Amino acid sequence: MDLRRLIRLAALVAVSVCCASAEDIKLPGDWRGSIHGFGLVNYSARPDLEASPLRDGLGEHGFLLGDQRMQLKLEARSPKGTASLLAKPEFFYDAVAEKTGLGLREGYLDLAHDRWDLRVGRQIVTWGVGDLVFINDVFPKDYGAFFAGRPLEYLKRGVDAVNVNFQSDALSVEWIVIPPGLFTPDSLPPRGRFFQFDPFPSLPRQTDEPAATFDHTETALRLHRTVAETELSLYAYRGFGRTHALRPDNAAVPTRAVEFFPKLAVFGASARRSGLGGVWGVELGYYDSLDDRTGTNPAIENSQVRFILTYQRQLGQDVTGSLEYYGEQIQDYAAFRRSVPSGFPTRAELRDLIGVRVTKLLRYQTLKLSLFSFYSPRARDFFVNPEISYNFTDYLWAAAGGNIFGGPSASFFGQLGRNDNAYLSVRCSF
Amino acid sequence: MKTQLTFFWPLLFAASLPGQAPTADEIAGKSQQAFSYAGQDMVARVVMTLVTARGEQRVRDLTLLRRNADAGRQKYFLYFHSPADVRGTAFLVGKEPGRDADRWLFIPAINLVQRIAARDAESSFVGSDFSYEDVSGRPLPADSRKLLREESLNGRACYVVESVPKTRASFTRKLAWIDRANFLPLKEEYFDAQQALFRVFTADEVRDADGLPTVTRRTMKNVKSGHRTEVVFKQVKYNAGLGEDVFTERALRRPPAPWISGD
Repeated sequence: MDLRRLIRLAALVAVSVCCASAEDIKLPGDWRGSIHGFGLVNYSARPDLEASPLRDGLGEHGFLLGDQRMQLKLEARSPKGTASLLAKPEFFYDAVAEKTGLGLREGYLDLAHDRWDLRVGRQIVTWGVGDLVFINDVFPKDYGAFFAGRPLEYLKRGVDAVNVNFQSDALSVEWIVIPPGLFTPDSLPPRGRFFQFDPFPSLPRQTDEPAATFDHTETALRLHRTVAETELSLYAYRGFGRTHALRPDNAAVPTRAVEFFPKLAVFGASARRSGLGGVWGVELGYYDSLDDRTGTNPAIENSQVRFILTYQRQLGQDVTGSLEYYGEQIQDYAAFRRSVPSGFPTRAELRDLIGVRVTKLLRYQTLKLSLFSFYSPRARDFFVNPEISYNFTDYLWAAAGGNIFGGPSASFFGQLGRNDNAYLSVRCSF
Repeated sequence: MKTQLTFFWPLLFAASLPGQAPTADEIAGKSQQAFSYAGQDMVARVVMTLVTARGEQRVRDLTLLRRNADAGRQKYFLYFHSPADVRGTAFLVGKEPGRDADRWLFIPAINLVQRIAARDAESSFVGSDFSYEDVSGRPLPADSRKLLREESLNGRACYVVESVPKTRASFTRKLAWIDRANFLPLKEEYFDAQQALFRVFTADEVRDADGLPTVTRRTMKNVKSGHRTEVVFKQVKYNAGLGEDVFTERALRRPPAPWISGD
């Protein structure tokens, strides 16, 4: 780490510490405001500091992440609380890419009237009962952030959307509309930083996002109510798969690999309730691959049936455990097998995962030990994430952990096997 | 009132004859009523200070909303104002007599409503010396009790009641000093499996709020670790007219402004 980086780091920490939070700021029209936020320093590296797909800078030394950032949380509320504004701008320095930037994590207007709520702007939406597996949560994720050891909240990305909520005892409705041109894809582990399988290693990439035409409006609907102490939800989505598909621009003489986003509709349901000494949940979804209903296009995922069963319970004093089983079954599997070009990896009809999480809190919940793991019984690949975190004070928090991937080289976690990493985050909130 | 009478009918059935001291179960019933069920609903701003044996402090500032329903059921809504890291976090608790409460946690950073599996007797409330059960009250049938004696504590005439748990508990024996006049617990001593004193609750200040005697300052001290939690109830209001709509998923995601304001 050179001197310039150290100075930037020190400046960021100093700004975070000095930037005192402010409560109850008087604003025009009797609105009230507040300022909060945090400074975060977050690094991760491979244990073998020489191995890296990157050839310069920190990346050359095996760093996956060198993130220094400050997030502000600016809030304002109308006198009666029926209208409010929130913005979370982020200033960051990426020490691996040696890049400074400004982003908007969330920023929206909230209006409430009677049983109705309206939220307009960039917002994070999380649906479903799974733990790190998602079916009806069709909103964008940042898997690159997650696998590189960023704090868990960065697994979720915001959507630029209009969110209408209606609440009643009989039925509550959440309706999300993402206007054309505001499509947000998933962020996958960046090819420059992660070793991973690339079907077109020598071709430059091109990303084709859905065109901004009216019929490309994305809509997501959730209907929910509680029946006999069971929380029931129905879901529907029409839009695009957020994890890109990949095709060569020309089958005979490819010059580019094109990342594109096939049309997708999802229909599903979930239920959650207490029982068996804990809480259990079930979620189902049908992924209707609108651009490849026959299953004959090798570049586009076939339609799938996906399911999750979850169960969590307290195991002892301040110890909690959870278990989940996730599966996705490819429809028209025979057509899929026929369509896979020779030399390309294929996959099983059913991909499944067993997820286990154990969390232990110690020292008045200031010290947290957690272990999360996925194991696929069929593909025999796995992912393990042990973490220890400690609250030094109400305002200073640190976490250290590891991400360990393994399995056959063509499997999902197996292909990430050379990216095992250890991470450290230090966060100062104000 | 009818709803509460329904829940406490076994106690009324065993009502004492004039002139006789009440039974231990009657005292415990009245005490739970005065301590955990006062009013039809309650709104309070609560400041919780967690103090280590070395004097290091952590502070949780929250709004507590409670509403009584029928048959001893209650709903709690807790909204955290500070520290900054947990600001906006909210808990919804549905207390069901006879089993562990239903609990939901709202995590604002990812806009997630999570259901929590917790055993009330064994879970610390946000890292404090209070368990979930201490906050919302241990079910009466979970213990058997004896009225040991009557004695004065800090100038207040008290019943001293001994409780022994019949179901899962963090203690093996509890002694409670219950004010004869208003039935509020003024002191509780908790003993562990080795019959050693390990936790002491004290009501440090009792005030009238809307005509109902209320413990406005309380401390739970772990005498073994030296850690203690001091809780101050500010701006207590009873029978504020909290509706059922305050205790919903919507409220977790968008806190009910009229009750939460006053940052």
